Amino acid sequence: MNKLFTFLVLGGLLVVLLASISELPPMGEMDNPSYNEIANYYIDNSAEDTGSTNIIAAIITDYRAFDTLGETTVLFTGIAAVVSLIGVTHHKDKKKEEENHG
Amino acid sequence: MDDLFVKVTTKMILPFIQIYGIYVIIHGHLSPGGGFSGGAIFAASIVLYTLAYGLHKGQKRMPHSISSKVETGGILFYIGIGFVGILAGYPFLTNKAAGFPMGELGKVMSAGLIPMVTVAIGLKVMSTIVTLFHTMLEED
Repeated sequence: MNKLFTFLVLGGLLVVLLASISELPPMGEMDNPSYNEIANYYIDNSAEDTGSTNIIAAIITDYRAFDTLGETTVLFTGIAAVVSLIGVTHHKDKKKEEENHG
Repeated sequence: MDDLFVKVTTKMILPFIQIYGIYVIIHGHLSPGGGFSGGAIFAASIVLYTLAYGLHKGQKRMPHSISSKVETGGILFYIGIGFVGILAGYPFLTNKAAGFPMGELGKVMSAGLIPMVTVAIGLKVMSTIVTLFHTMLEED
């Protein structure tokens, strides 16, 4: 029963994802939604809007600063995961434990 | 690694790597680079120091207590800058409209919020890489 449920959910997800691939626009087409006026807006106005000569810095730390905050949260999550798994050895009782274990 | 040549060379090139990392961070809004790459360069200097001199000395130079505070401080500084926009009556992380000093285009002290955010990201990336490296070395 459990396996059947898992199979149904994963199979349904597979069908949805495969169906969405057929709806994707062809690669490299001029009319694709990713080639819109935003790129030209950044090139024309970023110096005036942000006072920064580096357009990439203007985008990632001004226009999309909230996205970059999420990126730094990813770093925080990664380090929290690593330290919670293997990094518990640097507390104060470390020397005592080592002595006890020989 | 207990090698005299490695130690002497590390001691010689360490300040140059760190200066370059700081340069990349504080020129993040003027030239290619920014917080992520500059922080990684700065962290590479401390990783190199730990590799050459051993974990014990490396941890003395960058203890866990300091690096964890730098990391948390970096992200709190970032969020605090964002709240300036809200206090001024604009959306989170507003730059020009929230009254940050914009300065002159092309100078180091310009672009309002961008250099502060870049410094916060640089501190965060630097302390993250150093903490991960030291934690994984400790495991052995």
